[in-house]
Amino acid sequence: MTEVDPPMGKQAILSLDGLRTLIEALARLGYQVLGPTVRDGAIVYDEVARLADLPTGWTDQQDAGRYRLERRSDNALFGYAVGPQSWRRFLQQPVQRMWQAQRTADGFTVVAAEDVTPKFAFLGVRACEIHAIAIQDKVFVQGPYIDTDYQRRRRDNFIVAVNCGQAGGTCFCVSTNTGPKVDAGYDLALTELIDGNGHRFLIETGSAAGARLLSELPHDAAASEDLAAAAAVVARTAGSMGRKLDTDGLKQLLQSNPTHPRWDDVADRCLACANCTMVCPTCFCTTVEDHTDLTGQTAERVRRWDSCFTADYSYIHGGSVRPETKSRYRQWITHKLASWIDQFGTSGCVGCGRCMTWCPVGIDITVEAAAIRATSTLPQEADHGGA
Amino acid sequence: MTELADPFVPVPYRVGRVRRETHDITTLELAPVTGERPDYQPGQFNMLYVFGIGEVAISVSGDPAASGSYVHTVRDVGVVSGAIARLGAGATLGLRGPYGTPWPVEAAEGNDVVFVAGGLGLAPLRPAIYHVLARREQYGRVVILYGTRSPSDILFRHEVERWRRRLDLEVLVTVDRADADWRGDVGVVPRLIARAGFDPHSSVGMVCGPEVMMRFTANALSAAGVGSERIYLSMERNMKCAIGLCGHCQFGPDFVCKDGPVMRYDRIADIMTVREI
Amino acid sequence: MEGLERIVLAHAFFAGFEEELGPVVSGCARNHRFNPGQYLAHEGDPANEFFLIRHGKVALEILPPGQTPIVFSTEGEGDIVGTSWLVPPYRWRFDARAVELTRAIGIDARCLRDKCEADPRLGYEMMKRIVPIIVGRLDDTRMQILDVYGKGRK
Repeated sequence: MTEVDPPMGKQAILSLDGLRTLIEALARLGYQVLGPTVRDGAIVYDEVARLADLPTGWTDQQDAGRYRLERRSDNALFGYAVGPQSWRRFLQQPVQRMWQAQRTADGFTVVAAEDVTPKFAFLGVRACEIHAIAIQDKVFVQGPYIDTDYQRRRRDNFIVAVNCGQAGGTCFCVSTNTGPKVDAGYDLALTELIDGNGHRFLIETGSAAGARLLSELPHDAAASEDLAAAAAVVARTAGSMGRKLDTDGLKQLLQSNPTHPRWDDVADRCLACANCTMVCPTCFCTTVEDHTDLTGQTAERVRRWDSCFTADYSYIHGGSVRPETKSRYRQWITHKLASWIDQFGTSGCVGCGRCMTWCPVGIDITVEAAAIRATSTLPQEADHGGA
Repeated sequence: MTELADPFVPVPYRVGRVRRETHDITTLELAPVTGERPDYQPGQFNMLYVFGIGEVAISVSGDPAASGSYVHTVRDVGVVSGAIARLGAGATLGLRGPYGTPWPVEAAEGNDVVFVAGGLGLAPLRPAIYHVLARREQYGRVVILYGTRSPSDILFRHEVERWRRRLDLEVLVTVDRADADWRGDVGVVPRLIARAGFDPHSSVGMVCGPEVMMRFTANALSAAGVGSERIYLSMERNMKCAIGLCGHCQFGPDFVCKDGPVMRYDRIADIMTVREI
Repeated sequence: MEGLERIVLAHAFFAGFEEELGPVVSGCARNHRFNPGQYLAHEGDPANEFFLIRHGKVALEILPPGQTPIVFSTEGEGDIVGTSWLVPPYRWRFDARAVELTRAIGIDARCLRDKCEADPRLGYEMMKRIVPIIVGRLDDTRMQILDVYGKGRK
């Protein structure tokens, strides 16, 4: 029964019960299994132990500035798009103690913080999220300096991906070429199928570790009907994207329009609340805080997530280089869609739509890019006052 | 020191000699508590940490060929820099570095070299000046143009006067304002460019000072015929990690901590004039 | 007079000047020598002359009451000192003091103004040379006002 299967691309059918076994097997292997679960009216990522922890029968309605959970008419386990969180919060800790310094008789010593790093299994990773993780890998472990904490947390990840069964209202992964089908970067990939042949998953292996695990799970052969049904799911999702982003020449467009009047327009709406940077799966900015205890004998440095939208982000002696919301928004979108390509070779955007969904005033990154494209060929006129 | 230190963790350094340069500028020599000081190149910087207070990016201002200590010249402009400027001999600092893209002292060989410094900008340029002077015959004419606020603000004054006395160096100093007992020039530093003797078509310009001063100076060097690809500026932005991972120092698509601080003018000329970029 | 004309035309200010206008200008010119500490002009004096500095150094300064004089600019070889002669009421707006031994050509302002009125071509040649100097000094002054080496505002 257990022949030597090729590690990549083996396809099989997994039942719901099989999925339960998968979760339990990962836990037995020592992984901290993280997956989607409903909490506080949203689908967030947390520890999952049983099928019941998953958002069975839930879906999300998303639009710019809007997120609501709704009951589905079926019992799909993955029948929604992405929530406010991404896997980033496990790989790049929101708050990280870096080191402690201790006063001594003639100075001080510094001791790096020792973190116990769990072994993570991520269940339900979408194509956009796989690309986001790869993008962050480029930043943190493929540059001249390595973020050792990210590297430790990233090592030995077990990724169970999911091909999205439906597109979200703010999704545009087709435009950014980051989905909806997962094509690499996973150990196992699931496509949820609910039809006349039952509620099951097409499961595909993407690595030797994935193949090994699959061989321990109860599974059936995948029929051509199953493959066709899975392909249809992907096609349907790809054809129902909530948004579209024209990426043609987008880098040049943004980098050559720093004084476009649209920036004033956005600035009138943007609250600089930083939500977009907190929910974005690729944003990576951090800041550091230096503390001492009350005795002044022990000091520590803590690193935490930061946002280019904060007033202090660009502070140099005397003031901020970007005091205006206008320049901060421009910095964020230009970095995400243009400068990122100069820095890391790809766009920083994976088309997940979170920045739009969670923006309190519903700023739509695709609309802003399109607005600049629409009028950038007009001759630049004098600034109408302000800034 | 052969082991690679964790770039996020500061290494303890001891303050040696301290010298008050002006009313708010201090030079400190820093030696590692254990091990050796790493090699560095002119134009690079370190992140200096004061226990419990914080960290700040400071360019090295000493001679890269002199072993043993780092030399840093610090101006009291904030909480951390103020704390550093007030340290005495024997105090301990944390240090991470050296980081950054250096001055093109090797690429400039065979050319005339024009150093233009404004105010504290002379400090990050000084290692490059030392490097060039130590290999004087590799370069053509060497010019040092220095401007600062007033005569009492002239940094490294005795050294500047020593350089001025050399026959193989042209040194011009100006101040923005002076009392009547000042017998030197008064006026902005770009004005010195027209008077200096260098061949613009085979010169390399290295400029350091407040950003506005560097903009005016780069314009003046261009107007004098020095190509933008031959002019280098030392840029400054907010720094937290200094290793390209925290995002703060971004200047257009560049990270000042690793694509800079020394940056070629042709790459940044357009972006420098964009407000709040 | 020929010697003076040669000296006048040799000054950087008159680079590219038409030779036939040389005698016209040098007809208003005379040689000066200022010892260190000597004043070329005082604030408020009638601006009867402007100076082409041949060598040396001249400090332009203003004396606020109760303070010592503040030097805001120095001019040296190849520079000019004095632009107030162009603008009514034709009075020096600051003091000009020789810092070192300074040799200069003084050009009689009234003489030159009259000749420019009579010959617009001469007037335009003078404008073409003066205006860039004034614009350059304006730029320099703006940079000085920014106090770039100060600690910054905010």
